[in-house]
Amino acid sequence: MDMDSFELGDLANPRCYTEPLDIGGCDPVLLRAQLRMMLLIRRVEEKIGDMLAAQKIPTPCHLGIGQEAIAVGVSEYLRPTDRVFGAHRSHAHFLALGGEVTALMAEILGRDAGCSRGMGGSMHLWGGSVGFFGSVPIVAGTVPLAVGAALAAKKDGESAVAVVYLGDGAAEEGSIHESLNLAAVWKLPVLFVCENNLFSSHMHISLRQPSNRVARYAEAHCIQAATVDGNDLVVVSRTSDDMVAAMRDGGGPRFLEVVTYRWRGHVGYREDNDVGVNRSTDLTLWKRRDPIRRLVDALTMAGGWDNHAFHAMDEAVKTEVEKAWQQAETAPYPPASALLDRVYAERH
Amino acid sequence: MAKVTMVEAITLAMAYELEHDPSVVVLGEDVGVNGGVFRATAGLQQRFGKERVMDTPLAEALIAGMSIGMAAQGMKPVAEIQFSGFIYPTVDQMINHAGRLRTRTRGRLHVPMVLRAPSGGGIHAPEHHSESNEALFAHMPGIRTLMPSSPARAYGLLLAAIRDPDPVVFLEPTRLYRLNKQEVEDNGEALPLDTCFVLREGEDVTLVSWGAMLHETLQAAAKLAEEGASCEVIDLASVSPIDFETILESVEKTGRLAIIHEAPKNCGVGAEIAATVAEKAIYSLKAPIERVTGYDIPMPLFKLEHDYIPGMERVIQGIRKVLEA
Repeated sequence: MDMDSFELGDLANPRCYTEPLDIGGCDPVLLRAQLRMMLLIRRVEEKIGDMLAAQKIPTPCHLGIGQEAIAVGVSEYLRPTDRVFGAHRSHAHFLALGGEVTALMAEILGRDAGCSRGMGGSMHLWGGSVGFFGSVPIVAGTVPLAVGAALAAKKDGESAVAVVYLGDGAAEEGSIHESLNLAAVWKLPVLFVCENNLFSSHMHISLRQPSNRVARYAEAHCIQAATVDGNDLVVVSRTSDDMVAAMRDGGGPRFLEVVTYRWRGHVGYREDNDVGVNRSTDLTLWKRRDPIRRLVDALTMAGGWDNHAFHAMDEAVKTEVEKAWQQAETAPYPPASALLDRVYAERH
Repeated sequence: MAKVTMVEAITLAMAYELEHDPSVVVLGEDVGVNGGVFRATAGLQQRFGKERVMDTPLAEALIAGMSIGMAAQGMKPVAEIQFSGFIYPTVDQMINHAGRLRTRTRGRLHVPMVLRAPSGGGIHAPEHHSESNEALFAHMPGIRTLMPSSPARAYGLLLAAIRDPDPVVFLEPTRLYRLNKQEVEDNGEALPLDTCFVLREGEDVTLVSWGAMLHETLQAAAKLAEEGASCEVIDLASVSPIDFETILESVEKTGRLAIIHEAPKNCGVGAEIAATVAEKAIYSLKAPIERVTGYDIPMPLFKLEHDYIPGMERVIQGIRKVLEA
């Protein structure tokens, strides 16, 4: 496979984009809050990975370690009235909107205190109060739902938008094209965020698509698209801010492709570096393109921030995660009666 | 009170809800400018505007999926699928999302949508235009499946479907669309869901049917009455969930049961009714249960269509078998 013929070029090359982020013009207070959120997501997912390895979690989980900048950047300028949808790898999407760590952990453990009250697990997260209307592991499954939610948002007339996270693999599903087409024709306020991590399950994109640049599908449907480095918080943040602002002004749909890499395997805690095209070499390189490390380096270079500050933040985050896990682990399961509850509305 | 066909009654029900509930929208292929392949939405876009009656691309999965998204955000979409077999691309969305959002969120989201589609044969079109697929949807938890059998029940049940907080698959028997006219008062009164309708009272045998086959079933009951057999005819109407109370009460009275449906026999809704009656009322039965159904084959083209759909003769034969056993 001639990787150079692939359209993404350097964006898919882990040897590029490894330098500290350009944070010129950014608010340092906001950057630190975003750093803390990325760190929180990572430590939560690492904890989940550890607990999977220890067989403390009896249900499959998909980890997005290495992709934290995307959800944090996209969520920054969203409002609780916006309607966000996820897929199978959505812990970050839920947390970045402000979903509670304990609610996520409890959900993964199938507890009544979970964000879906123990009915969903890792793959069916729900956070209505923060604007998260659900993640579903049917690849591309929530994309038409987001189009419908965008129509509802448009009719509500409060300039709310819908956002749907999808992967590069989802672009191979037919309903994506149905959705892009109609969103464009009806100028619906929906932001398609394509987390292109170059893998669908265990298959590299070079084995699945004639080009590795997914935004070409949006362009084919006359939707304004951008393809950016998904491991650059500042770029993701700015691009999605611009796109969402245009959508709130009635500009119709947008497509944001963010190129990134999944550090763990498709499912579970392992790295799966024995699976897929070049994964073993690439994973080592991609870890150097770490979105967290690049932001920390930039903050350090800018001054007023050092290793000590980072470790203090990290320790606080780890304590928070540990506490949330312990709370979740001791929370009760839903009662057996929940099994037959709420299949239909109760009739009186 | 006006006399209307079933398809006109369906239009009336949608118009009533569009008029009285601003959250109701109608969408589908050709439903707007054109008025729908069977004319069910004729005139609605002219009356309620393009924002309420929306022409969509040819994309059934999207039509269902975006309806789910709209419904979960407070709208009440009524989506049309042009022909019965065109409903299959929606099945992914209906199973994976429509029927499950309420359970998945423990009641915090629900999906008040209606997916309307024609159902069954009799219009001389092949396979996908003529099949009966109610059992597919009946098997899915969280979804209601309704099939009207007259203009009045189409009107009342469709109103109930649109107002119901759960997703409803509303299957309209194609060959009944214009079969006859009936007086329907356009007063916005919905019929109850979860309820069978006893169309004819009788003592000797219970006949359970739904949709278009009610037509032959009622004719058969009238014919057998001339011979002195008293048939009780039940319109299932709600194919899922099923009102077993009414059916069991009737079977306990008559001791005999025949189930008549157009869909293939294998794993059809008739099987579920027969199984439940066997479980709950077998000691009331004086004869084996009989099912008169379509064959386990894809829907044939027009020449053989009427050999597939159980005609009067087959229906009467089936009922006689139960009566004489």
